[in-house]
Amino acid sequence: MDISIRIGGEAGQGIQSIGELLLKIFSHMGFWLFSHQDYMSRVRGGNNFYQVRIADRPVHSSREKIELLLALNQETARLWEKDLTPDGLMLLEGSLSPMETSGRALQVPFTSLAKEAGAAIYANTVATGSLLGMLGFPIEGLSEVVKSGFLKKGEAVAEQNWKAFELGYLYAKRECLTCAFHIAPPAYSKRKILSGNQAIAWGAILSGVKFYSAYPMTPSTGILNHLAANAMRFGIVVEQAEDEISAINMVLGASFGGVRAMTGSSGGGFALMVEGLSLAAMTETPIVIAEVQRPGPATGLPTRTEQGDLLFVLFTGHGEFPRVCFAPGDPEQAIYLTNKAFDMAERFQIPCFIISDQYLADSTWSIKEIEWDRIVYKDYRIKNADSNYLRHKITPDGVSPLAIPGFIEGTVVTDSDEHDEEGHIIESASIRKQMVEKRLYKKLPHIRKEISPPAYYGPKVPKVVLVGWGSTLGVLLDVTEDLNKDIPTGLIHFTELWPFPEIRGTKAWEAIERAELKVGVENNASGQFAWLMKAETGIALDKLILRYDGRPFYSDQLREELNGTLSRP
Amino acid sequence: MEPYQDLKGQEPAWCPGCGNFAIREALIKAIKALGLAPRDFVIVSGIGQGAKMPHYLKCNTFNGLHGRSLPVATGLKVANHDLWVIAEAGDGDIYGEGGNHLIHTMRRNPNITLLVHNNQIYGLTKGQASPTSVPELSSKTQPFGVLSETLNPLALAVAMNASFVARGFAGDVEGLKDLMIQAIQHKGFSLLDILQPCVTFNKVNTYSWYRERVYYTKDHDPYDRTKAFEKALEWGEKIPLGVIYKSKRPCFEDRIPVLSKGPLVQQGFDLKGVVAEIFK
Repeated sequence: MDISIRIGGEAGQGIQSIGELLLKIFSHMGFWLFSHQDYMSRVRGGNNFYQVRIADRPVHSSREKIELLLALNQETARLWEKDLTPDGLMLLEGSLSPMETSGRALQVPFTSLAKEAGAAIYANTVATGSLLGMLGFPIEGLSEVVKSGFLKKGEAVAEQNWKAFELGYLYAKRECLTCAFHIAPPAYSKRKILSGNQAIAWGAILSGVKFYSAYPMTPSTGILNHLAANAMRFGIVVEQAEDEISAINMVLGASFGGVRAMTGSSGGGFALMVEGLSLAAMTETPIVIAEVQRPGPATGLPTRTEQGDLLFVLFTGHGEFPRVCFAPGDPEQAIYLTNKAFDMAERFQIPCFIISDQYLADSTWSIKEIEWDRIVYKDYRIKNADSNYLRHKITPDGVSPLAIPGFIEGTVVTDSDEHDEEGHIIESASIRKQMVEKRLYKKLPHIRKEISPPAYYGPKVPKVVLVGWGSTLGVLLDVTEDLNKDIPTGLIHFTELWPFPEIRGTKAWEAIERAELKVGVENNASGQFAWLMKAETGIALDKLILRYDGRPFYSDQLREELNGTLSRP
Repeated sequence: MEPYQDLKGQEPAWCPGCGNFAIREALIKAIKALGLAPRDFVIVSGIGQGAKMPHYLKCNTFNGLHGRSLPVATGLKVANHDLWVIAEAGDGDIYGEGGNHLIHTMRRNPNITLLVHNNQIYGLTKGQASPTSVPELSSKTQPFGVLSETLNPLALAVAMNASFVARGFAGDVEGLKDLMIQAIQHKGFSLLDILQPCVTFNKVNTYSWYRERVYYTKDHDPYDRTKAFEKALEWGEKIPLGVIYKSKRPCFEDRIPVLSKGPLVQQGFDLKGVVAEIFK
């Protein structure tokens, strides 16, 4: 079973609440879910949608073709009817009309049923119930799940919403003569769902983050919101800064003061943080930065997705210094990699990045159980030192003892100017040289050792390999599985991007050596990762499939595009 | 014997006669009078001649970027509110590059002290106009004089309802020391603007120019905001020194619920406890 439901309408019509209620219901039933959002940069009006894919096996991406379309306005019906599968059906308010009268639409009087249940405002709950009715799901035992989201408005409101849900359900079940779905819930237990932004926030919480400062910027704001919502529970101070420059400098101050600290933004906001990035490097102050990409240049498409900031994040910042960049492919990876970023930032006293994008940030996945023993927490700071303490002491591995000011006998001194071991401003050529070597050459080999090679999914001897990074993991996994029905296909997926991992001798390397065709897939216009891979390994990819219209890849659509690529010599 | 030897750091690289020497002397005396040891406080600074101060003292130091001392100081104070945090900046540094941070730090009101070495000119970059330069000052970069309105930091601070606003003069070490003590002891954000002659570049606002004009306020009620605004606007024939404005506002750290359990840096982290809390 594999069903996609799209809920479309104007901003402000409650698309997101319907989507979230569906996720709650289906994850309670034990299905595997994936959802993504397509929304415009406006609070009211326009045309947005929320798409949920429900399956009895793990799914990692959205498809363009959908089985059910809930149209909350006429525009949705007009725009998306074309995406219905041959068995697909549309659900809409009785007062709206479908574009075709081919019997592919079920009209339900959402508002009048809602009034019957108690108030017109429950129309969206009626609609959600109708979707379940069309799918033929049994709804016994769902009342608590449906009511849970409304309980904060009181027991009576929750009860009336359940009534509205039931009315919609029964109406659709009775009236939908063409509904061919008869799906029983799987015998699984309840599943957890998580979005990319939430996962980064959880990764930070599990790593002991104590201070998060950021300036709101779509699509990174979810991290700020999620940490603020959990501030009291986990003892975190969250501060909305006056600008991104302040955000990163506050984070540096907090980290210097002895706590784990993080900031996050999208490309434009991170551009403002760049001088602070360089300051983190010079003062060897550990920080973690989440860069949640959206299409640029400049303001670009604020609510859309792109993998366009990769080379910017890797190479921005004046001066030469080491950094670490991770790009998780799904929420589970986001938890582990955020945790690894915190650990490496403090261990090596360097800036570490999590590169995400709108697609990963706002999409939700059913997740497997978190392997708690994979979460690393080691406190690298020292709390005892005598008055001869040297903040930037030159050591064999370049890492100096990291003391907390006020905790030790001596003073902790650091400077954005080139400095001596104590941290005081200098101009000496020989000390400058030693400090560059300490920060860069001595640390780098130790940092490199921690970087994992890319994951390889697929047969030992593939004919085709796909190469991708970051948030395209899900869609690439689904497409690879599908392609393997016809042609042995492997997927090489990078999540630990910088320093560039050593790939010689890995499974990925063997696959690359054996494949007849190597295809890069990136959500940007210039194939930034392909360029990087060639620069670092000498391996050139044969073809690139690039998407740069601000939209994510869909698995069915990418599959078609790959068919075209594979059929051309 | 040189007094306060234990608080002195590197030998200053300032010009002979620079007002910064007197500011340094006053600061050492103030820190001594407050009984602070070098490990008890942190000086956070930006870039400029004044921002080099922490290198010339013995103290915890974060010498960051031009204009950015206040966000660093705020983050540091949130991490450990047991530390005394002093930010030092010049007029170009904090009234120019860091102007936005100054405005928002006054809004937040963290318990930190900002000492502004206000010499009404850029020293480090050799003589350009700063936001506090007077219109008649001309420079290589401003050959026709300063065309923008002079920034009045005290009036700005009163308008922002900053919780402690004062002005000192580098020509009076004892008076400056007393103001520094009051500023550091004030709970909340304290702005101490220090008039500081630049003997090399500023040929307008010299020691004698200031001496003819400055006076300490008498019988001025710093809690009277209207009077404070009038005092803040006084500039020309007479220039007032002393505490210009105070307001009773809770400080930032006291308003953050998480910090009621003690300094963040001492709150610790227990991974097992966090996992248990997630599953609760």
